[in-house]
Amino acid sequence: MNGLGFFSQHGGEILQATLEHVWLVGATMLLAIAIGVPLGILVARRPWLSNPILGAANIAETIPSLALLGFLLPVPWLGERAERVAITALTLYALLPIIRNTAAGITGVDPAVREAARGMGMTARQILFHVELPLSLSTVLAGIRVATVLTIAVATIAAAVGAGGLGEFIYRGLAMVNYQLILAGAIPAAVLALAADFLLSVLERRLQPAR
Amino acid sequence: MTTATSAGSEAIIEFRDAGYRLPGGQALLQNVSLTVRRGETLVLLGRSGAGKTTALKLINRLVEPTDGQVLVEGRSTLDWDAIALRRHIGYVIQETGLFPHYTVEQNVSLVPRLDGWAAERIRSRAQELLALVGLDAGQFLRRYPHELSGGQRQRIGVARALAADPPILLMDEPFGALDPLTRMEIRREFLALQQRLKKTIVIVTHDTSEALLLGTRIALVEGGALQGLYSPGEFLHSREPVAAAYVEQLHALGEFERGQ
Repeated sequence: MNGLGFFSQHGGEILQATLEHVWLVGATMLLAIAIGVPLGILVARRPWLSNPILGAANIAETIPSLALLGFLLPVPWLGERAERVAITALTLYALLPIIRNTAAGITGVDPAVREAARGMGMTARQILFHVELPLSLSTVLAGIRVATVLTIAVATIAAAVGAGGLGEFIYRGLAMVNYQLILAGAIPAAVLALAADFLLSVLERRLQPAR
Repeated sequence: MTTATSAGSEAIIEFRDAGYRLPGGQALLQNVSLTVRRGETLVLLGRSGAGKTTALKLINRLVEPTDGQVLVEGRSTLDWDAIALRRHIGYVIQETGLFPHYTVEQNVSLVPRLDGWAAERIRSRAQELLALVGLDAGQFLRRYPHELSGGQRQRIGVARALAADPPILLMDEPFGALDPLTRMEIRREFLALQQRLKKTIVIVTHDTSEALLLGTRIALVEGGALQGLYSPGEFLHSREPVAAAYVEQLHALGEFERGQ
């Protein structure tokens, strides 16, 4: 049986796993953005929090992903469902680039612009939402792009705890020493990562502030 | 619309022994006592780092005095709501601080929008403001700051500061980043504008000719202290060493011209 034949034969299964994968990544990114962007703002506002917050995100990044899944399994509410464990672990991995880029984007806003905004009587909240965030949007988005691509790759490991996704094929393939099975997981994952990278970088360039 | 009453007598800004020191203890400005009268143009003249900008920022409370106090309209800046105080005072800085992601129209109508004006009034005000600074509204309102020349950006910076018709205007080296010819042009326009609007203006500059041309009074700032207050005429003939040094630098230019 050639490769193409395999793919057409298992098309339904691959599509199913791809959708699961997208769901895992999507849920992870929503969570990571909801947590990472506010943390990034906090780091930009309170430089003394920069070391503890970025340090913690860094440590999360260094824990081997399989081990992290293992650590989370016994946690009460999380451990009940495989997706919960997987999404939590993936979110921890995705945080660092988002926090770092949000903070860098906001601290990178031209001081003259911030000064003018303050001098004209904008409140801190108005400066954040009307000046700082819009002007750092493309930098924040670059962080989200890096995190998304990373998450798509790491999400294949979620299959280890039974959370599904394209990793299922890879694990089965590894167990059966079947390269076609491994590729059935790896190729769609790579295509997803490339597509996400492309789409988000287009968006990023569109949101680049003019200078 | 403007509150141009009897220019000259009434104090609108007052420094009472005001000073500012950094948290580390270093004083950037000390014991400044000074009254700015309604409708006058006071120039803060001094070298870079002399404390001029700090003095300016004390007025709109971008910096809070650590010693003494600064009064605006008879009230200590610390008793004002900082936001209300700043909306009451126009602010122009050297790099203009125009928002790069806003069009000219959005930039100049920022304060009216923050103050919750009706959309129709905001739109007509934006056109009025561009006419005021000599730019064609039809041509410029939709442009972004990066599509403007330095002189045009500076004009928009002034228009933005005047948007809500504040009685006070603070300008921090407003024409410093411009080439000399454009600077001369804009200064002249600015003088004409001031004759019509009669705002109270405080300008920071290190340029002697700008101080003499624009100021009704000149406050010389040196090493974080107020060295003296002069009318332009007094300044030109002052025997005081620092003031004399500034004037001498002007004369040096004159001698060069005569030598040619």
